Amino acid sequence: MKTPDIKAFRDRASIEPVLREIARRASRLPSPFRIMEVCGTHTMALHKYGLARQLAETGLDMISGPGCPVCITPDGYHEAAVKLLTETENLVLASFGDMTRVPTRVGPIRNAVPARGSQLRIVYSPAEALEEARGHPEKEVVFYGAGFETTIPAIARTVEAAGETKTANFSVLGALWLIPPPLRALLESGKTAVQGFLYPGHVSAVIGTRAYDFIPKTYGLPGAVAGFEPGDIVLGILSVLDQAASGRPVVANAYGRVVRDEGNPRALEIMDRIFEPCDALWRGLGEIPGSGLRFRKAWIAYDAERKFRLDVRSSADDVAGCRCGDVLRGLLSPPQCPLFGVSCSPDSPKGPCMVSYEGACLVHFKFARRKGTPHV
Amino acid sequence: MSKITLELGSGGRMMRDFLADTILPLLGNRYLEDLPDAGRLPGGIIFTTDGYVVDPPFFPGGDIGTLCVNGTVNDLVVSGASPRFLSLSLILEEGLAVEDLHRILKSIGQASRKAGVTVVTGDTKVVRKGQGDKIFIVTSGIGTSIARPAPSRIRKGDKIILTGTLGEHSLAVMTARGEFGLSARVRSDCAPLVFLLPFWKKGVLWMRDVTRGGLATILSELAGTLPYPVLIREDRIPLSRAVRGASELLGIDPLFMACEGRAVVVAPEKKAEGMLEQIRRHPLGKKAAIIGEIGHPAEGRPGELLLETSTGGLRLLEPLTSELLPRIC
Repeated sequence: MKTPDIKAFRDRASIEPVLREIARRASRLPSPFRIMEVCGTHTMALHKYGLARQLAETGLDMISGPGCPVCITPDGYHEAAVKLLTETENLVLASFGDMTRVPTRVGPIRNAVPARGSQLRIVYSPAEALEEARGHPEKEVVFYGAGFETTIPAIARTVEAAGETKTANFSVLGALWLIPPPLRALLESGKTAVQGFLYPGHVSAVIGTRAYDFIPKTYGLPGAVAGFEPGDIVLGILSVLDQAASGRPVVANAYGRVVRDEGNPRALEIMDRIFEPCDALWRGLGEIPGSGLRFRKAWIAYDAERKFRLDVRSSADDVAGCRCGDVLRGLLSPPQCPLFGVSCSPDSPKGPCMVSYEGACLVHFKFARRKGTPHV
Repeated sequence: MSKITLELGSGGRMMRDFLADTILPLLGNRYLEDLPDAGRLPGGIIFTTDGYVVDPPFFPGGDIGTLCVNGTVNDLVVSGASPRFLSLSLILEEGLAVEDLHRILKSIGQASRKAGVTVVTGDTKVVRKGQGDKIFIVTSGIGTSIARPAPSRIRKGDKIILTGTLGEHSLAVMTARGEFGLSARVRSDCAPLVFLLPFWKKGVLWMRDVTRGGLATILSELAGTLPYPVLIREDRIPLSRAVRGASELLGIDPLFMACEGRAVVVAPEKKAEGMLEQIRRHPLGKKAAIIGEIGHPAEGRPGELLLETSTGGLRLLEPLTSELLPRIC
């Protein structure tokens, strides 16, 4: 596949005409028209490129959804990771950076004082953790893997590779989440004002567009899969508005250069080989049937939860006043939270949405906060 | 806060707060008040100091030796001083190869000659293995004042000049660490900024070297002191292909990446184009560009730093809040 020049996707000469089209269509729809961007990467891109403001001017209300693993992983997981690191000797806890900053009842992981011979290591991929395990057979290496369908195939493949190389000192503390179930739960709850969806490009590259078919079919809502460049995003939004105007909701694919209707069969296959669906607890959303993944029996030796007898479900209440749960359901815009910018900021976050680089609160704080006034 | 964390040293807002809350109440005086890069002493003497702890000590385009000269020299240059003398304090870890030390000292010699400074005093300490990391260096610098930066004379319409591309130093150090499996062919931009000295006489109002915290942090701090908003334009900011690519890949914004040989300069509106042309004539200023201006955009508010994005959008730029990458200088 030839990769098109990325500049064209960010250039105002190509974006502004689409924004004008969006404004034209939005003016004929009930205002404001609410579209949920499911994924934190979209939230980030909308603000980073200043599109959030441009779209607000067209009469659209973009709402952040639950698609940020750092934000929706309940405290129980982080606390289990802290316990592991502080109570087990000669252990390396390998984690993505954001996960280590989430505040919990026992503090964030990064502030935990490791047991003797143990350490925290920030990694960019699960493969780095496996490499660490192979290089240090005298240590237990636990990869704290949190993610959606985008990251899960890589975690699954790493577990498989650990099996192939008989790396017994490697395991995964998995906080693995699936995207379609919470969308269904959100719509079933009726507690949402969403009129259309922008589906995440990278998750969709794995699961395909068909995974969202139930949304137009059962709930009659339009949606489009979009990439993360400004050009991708505005084209996705335009498609959602077109569907809304014509009354013919579908799952449109505005990211055809990456996403196939059937997804990525190899990635799906390896996920399915290692993991199986289970009910799972989401921060702010509660228990959602079939929304998580756990190890299949054949691979259970690599399950850190079992290996170290961890309890990840001892979930805590959120910090008093923290409304991350409502933010994740699209009921609240971050600046409407009473803690936002008052006691909760990126320097001293009270909830996970202010921790994650793709968390709605952090993104709003960084890119849209205006001193003394609500955000734009 | 009961323990020191890495974030304090990041050059971002947490460090500023730490200085204001912890250092100033105990040591504050009229020289230290504004937390300048260098103290302006009686008799036109400018004095600065800096510690260098980069890991690893050698990286493409430089080493801790070039860094400890240029970093201190550049603090003097942007403070309006012609750099003259350096002190050199070496803290060595037991076990450091003499060959490595020799290489670093050679770099210090070369960099000093290039920047026109002389090492006039020094100190050497050795700490036990494990009590340091190979080599730490502290240099102090003395310069003679040639101008006084005048941020209070900055007016609406004045231009912001960036003297080169952003982020090469950060990326070079990351590559040298072998982090993230990066193998970019990039060299640190570490260099002395003495070529900018003549511009003080030509009417430059303000200068800062773009180090930890990056362009966004430095300009946010400037904006915070002005009765105007400040606007920079994304598509005017020079970036090398390597930094552009790596920042995409790693999700690190080049606006927050550190350099060691770039400065941002505020020039009066009418003189800016001419100055830009002259800066560009110097090999270290070839990629210089006017990246923004004071007093724009119309919807901006005093003290805000705003970025006009490539898509035509507008967003706030905040100072770096916490650690980006440890020990890059």
